[in-house]
Order: sequence, then structure tokens, then C-alpha cells
Amino acid sequence: MTAFKSLASAMTKGFLRDRMSLFFVFLFPLLFLVVFGLLLGDSGDDRTKVGAVGDGPVLTALEQTGALELERYDSADAARQGVDDGDLPAAVVVEGNRVDLVFAASDQVAAGTVVGIVSGVVDKLNLGAANVTPTFTLEAEPVEDASLKPIQYLTPGILSWAVSFSGVFGAALTLVSWRKKQVLRRIRLAPVGTTTVLTSRILVSVGTALAQGVVFVAVATLPLFGLRLTGQWYLALPLLVLGTTAFFAIGMLVGAFCKTEESASGAANLIIMPMAFLSGTFFPVENAPGWLQAVSKTFPLRHMNDGMLDVLVRGKGVEALLVPSAVLIGFTLVVGFIAAKVFRWED
Amino acid sequence: MTGARIPAVVVSDIRKSYGDLRAVDGVSFTVAEGEFFGILGPNGAGKTTTLEIVEGLRRADAGRVTLLGEDPWPRNTKLLPRIGVQLQASSFFEKLTAREQLQTFGSLYGVSSRRADEMLELVGLTDKAEVRENNLSGGQRQRLSIACALVHDPDVVFLDEPTAALDPQARRNLWDVLRAIQARGKTIVYTTHYLDEAEILCDRVAIMDRGRVLAMDAPATLVRGLDAPTHVVLQKGALTTEAARAISGVEEAHEDEVSLTISTRRPAPVLSALAERGTLDGLQVRTATLEDVFLDLTGREYRA
Repeated sequence: MTAFKSLASAMTKGFLRDRMSLFFVFLFPLLFLVVFGLLLGDSGDDRTKVGAVGDGPVLTALEQTGALELERYDSADAARQGVDDGDLPAAVVVEGNRVDLVFAASDQVAAGTVVGIVSGVVDKLNLGAANVTPTFTLEAEPVEDASLKPIQYLTPGILSWAVSFSGVFGAALTLVSWRKKQVLRRIRLAPVGTTTVLTSRILVSVGTALAQGVVFVAVATLPLFGLRLTGQWYLALPLLVLGTTAFFAIGMLVGAFCKTEESASGAANLIIMPMAFLSGTFFPVENAPGWLQAVSKTFPLRHMNDGMLDVLVRGKGVEALLVPSAVLIGFTLVVGFIAAKVFRWED
Repeated sequence: MTGARIPAVVVSDIRKSYGDLRAVDGVSFTVAEGEFFGILGPNGAGKTTTLEIVEGLRRADAGRVTLLGEDPWPRNTKLLPRIGVQLQASSFFEKLTAREQLQTFGSLYGVSSRRADEMLELVGLTDKAEVRENNLSGGQRQRLSIACALVHDPDVVFLDEPTAALDPQARRNLWDVLRAIQARGKTIVYTTHYLDEAEILCDRVAIMDRGRVLAMDAPATLVRGLDAPTHVVLQKGALTTEAARAISGVEEAHEDEVSLTISTRRPAPVLSALAERGTLDGLQVRTATLEDVFLDLTGREYRA
């Protein structure tokens, strides 16, 4: 086996046999995905439930709007009781051509919605019954908007965060522990190029990032969470690779300055956690104040996150990769150059 | 010394300071091919720094090192396959078995993975091939570490305190390994703070203290050169101190609670005189050791 291959295989084995790193690379981010996905994801059925008594074209038309969920009651009194008790925001009672609507005054938004829908339906049916051609016409058309369901932004966000996390930690901890344990010295005393050692380590990190991508997307796509990928998913691959190299470079810089594993993981956390919160990992950063957005634009994670969102759930094409890729390559080169300058073989 | 052949290591007047501390202060020595050379001294004597300069891991402030005819500094990739350096017992890849460690380090030198099993056999770890490094005992890890230094079949082997922190049994096991390596014709340069061990293993030793070489020769020659008295120890009461002092050749005799100690520079006639008196029961003869050489050179008791 060549030095490159055997180093890569040694490090892969070391990684796969270490429960702690497996936990932090896969299970820990997955935990966030599951918890946030379940907490925020309960907005799947956002139809308003109203009580309904009787039958006829009005109720049929109301059901067809798709905005209301009708709960049948036998008598007007029973439906009225539901509203009085606060179980229903409103109840519709149809008796022949008479439509009665009672609504709870406490929830004005729900009441407004229900009143609007019901009166719209009644008006439309009246127009139809009167055989009148409407003077004004309304054309409503659905648009794919920028606001996403939680799982749609959580998955790319948590994936980017997990990649940054394992990239920085992987590089920093490997460097510090190898220096401390003199593995670096053993490598330095062998006729092997530093490029070989470095690239084999990066290859392991890239492999890890791809595995993270597969696992997280697979879990998020489960019906329970309901992620729907749009566009070409494979456009995420270059982002995973470039993100890994950028965060690996940051980890090398951390590892160059830290003497112990403890200080290295402290420093790595100090870099990653604020960056993750400001880059839209757990919530969309679009709602943040302007100055905070400006700050977040300086983070590589923000750009990786934007790119991931665009190609995974916003259905954008290869053009969405341009800016994130350029930023990540820039970070890799600049930070990597500094890390190489301050690199130390020994303490 | 083999004379005609190029010496494996030539060190001339190397110096290295860390701030005000002169860690190595003008050290010179030559190691012949196939020689077992020991650098001895207490902690902080400058042994490790000297070794690291010779290996090419550190640059000397002054002086010159030639290793197998080449300059080891800066990193000389032509030289690296020909030297093997044993590092501290923890310098392994994480979570790999003994065999995998050897295969991985071997691959850095382009060595076939079959070598790993040969090395395990050499250091007596064949039955531990599948055991992960962190589950090995201290002595086993130390032997694995030496096997890693030898995996590419180097000509010169550097060992830095290979027997430190080992129990007596593990130390003796390791001595057998070191002798086996020398029997393969390797040149061994090794540091230790166990003077007794160096006396047993080394062809020649350099005694270092405070960054300087105080003496250098074969251990037996150094001890002989001391002209130190031999101590003959008898059971208490076997002889009175007066009677002991009366024996020809005895310089000193004194008694404590358990034994009578006689000092002499001519042990042969003293021993035969004791034999004539039939007082050989429980007799022990203690000759001078490298520790006495160290005491003589520095005026201090040797403390590892």
C-alpha cells in the first residue's frame, strides 16, 4: 500500500473505532435535527377547524377551499357549545338557505379568517344563483416563496454546521494530539512528504462530510420530518468538499496555536458556536437586524449554508454555487496559508 | 573500532542553548558501525537534546554532525530510510492494533505489510498482533515502539531511554530485544539513566552531566581506570574487625549491624586468606561500578 492510502485507512479506522467522535459527527447534529424538526415541524396541517351543522352547497364549497376543516355536529346547540367552551374558533350552521356563523371573539385572527372565507363562499354562491356575470375578476396563483418550512431550512443548516464542526475539530484535534504524542515526529522522521500526510487527512474529512450529508438528508426525508429536496441534490457535493477544506484550514490554524486537546476543543467551540447561530443553522437569519446580517456575511458557514439552501430546497441551479464556492475557496487558501506559516512540528 | 570503514556517527563539538541554559555544551563522539553506544547521565544532562541533534530533529547552535556520511539537518530524506528512531511509548495512531501500527508506519517507508509480522516476532509480540495499542502493557508498548523504529530495516537505531519506567522483568525482556538487534549488525545509539544496564549492554559509553561528556570508553575500562577498592562483605561475627585489618592487602574494615565490609585493591590474596580461615559463609564481592565512576567524575552521588 502507498503511504497515502495506508495513512487514510489508518485514520478512517481510528475514526470509526472511536465512539466519541462518531457521536459528535453523526448523532449529535442528528439530535438537533430531530429535536428542532419535531418542535417546529408541527405546522403541517394549518387548516382552521370549525364546527359545521347541516348540509348543502355552502358546506361543500367551504370544504373545497382547503382552508377550513369542518367538524360535523348533530345540532346547532352542540356546535355552539364547542365555540363557547373555546374548543372551536367558529361554527357554521346551515338550515336551508340560511347560513349562521358564530365565532369566538377572543381569537380575532382566526375569526377574521373564518368570517372572510365563509362570506366569500356565500357571496360566490349568491352570484352563481343570481346568474350574474361578475364585474371584477380575481385570478389567484400560488408562488414558491422564500419562506420555508422548518425542516427545509434546518436540514441544510444543520448539515453545514455538522460539516464545519467535524472539519475544525478533526483537523485541530488530530494536529494537537499527533504533536503531543510525537506521531508528527515519527512522520517527520520518515521519508514521506507533508503533502501526502495532509491530503490523506483531508480525504478522510471529506469522506466524513459526504457521509454526514447522506445520513442527515436520509433522516430528514423520512415522512415524520418531511424534507422535500428540490433541484439537483448533487450540486451539494462541491459545497460539502469545499466547506470541508475551508473548515479544515481553520482547524489547522487552531491546532497550530493550541498545546492540549482541551484548549483546542475550547477554541474550536468558541469559533463554531457563534458562527453557527449567526449563519442560520437553527433559524433563518433573514429576520435578523441588518448589522448582524453584515457580520454573518463574513463567516464561511453563512455562505456554505446559503449555497446548501439554494441547491437543496430552493431548487436553484449551478449558478447558486458561484458565490459560496468562491468564498469557501478563498477561506481555504488564506487561512490555509496562515496555518502553514504558523505550523509547528514540536512544542 | 573497525577503523577502515566510515563511522556511523561522527559528532564534533556540538552546542545547543535554550536561553541561558546550555543544554549541550561542546559534545563530541564517534560511533563505529555495528557498535552499541550508550549515552548515560542523570535527567537534564543533555542526553536527549544530543540525540535529537544527531537524528536531525534539532539544529545545533554550533558544531557538526555526520550521520552515515551525510548531514542530518535540514530534514534529509535520503538519510531518513537508513535511520530508525524510537520515540516515546505513546506515539502511535489512535485505536489501531499492534500489527496495524507497524503496517502503517512501515508504509511510510514503502515497506511491505509482511514486515509487520517479522517485527512482532522480533520483539515477542506475535500473540498481541490483534490487540489495540492502548490495551498493551507499558513494556509491550515500549517493545512495539522499538519495533516501529526498526520496521524499515534501518542501519542506525536511536533509542531514547527505552527501559525507563519499566518493571525489572520487562527491562530484562527488552535487553534481549536490544541484543537481538545488535546481532543483526545494526548500530545502536541509546540513552539511559540506568548505569547498571549500560554496563551490561554497551560496547562503549559516554557519561554526560550538565551538557558535557565527562568520560567515554568501554564500561569495564572506565571502572578499571578508577582504581577503586573492591568491597568484600562477610556476615557479622565471622571475623573481628581487628583480625580483618590484620590480613595482608586489607585497607579498611568496618562493621555494622548485619555485616563486616572489607575494602581492598588486591582481592585475590585477601580472598584466599579468608578461605584459609574458613570464613567464606555469606561472602559477597562488590567491585566498583559506573556509579562509582560518576561519583569520582562529579563528586556527587549518582541520582537518576
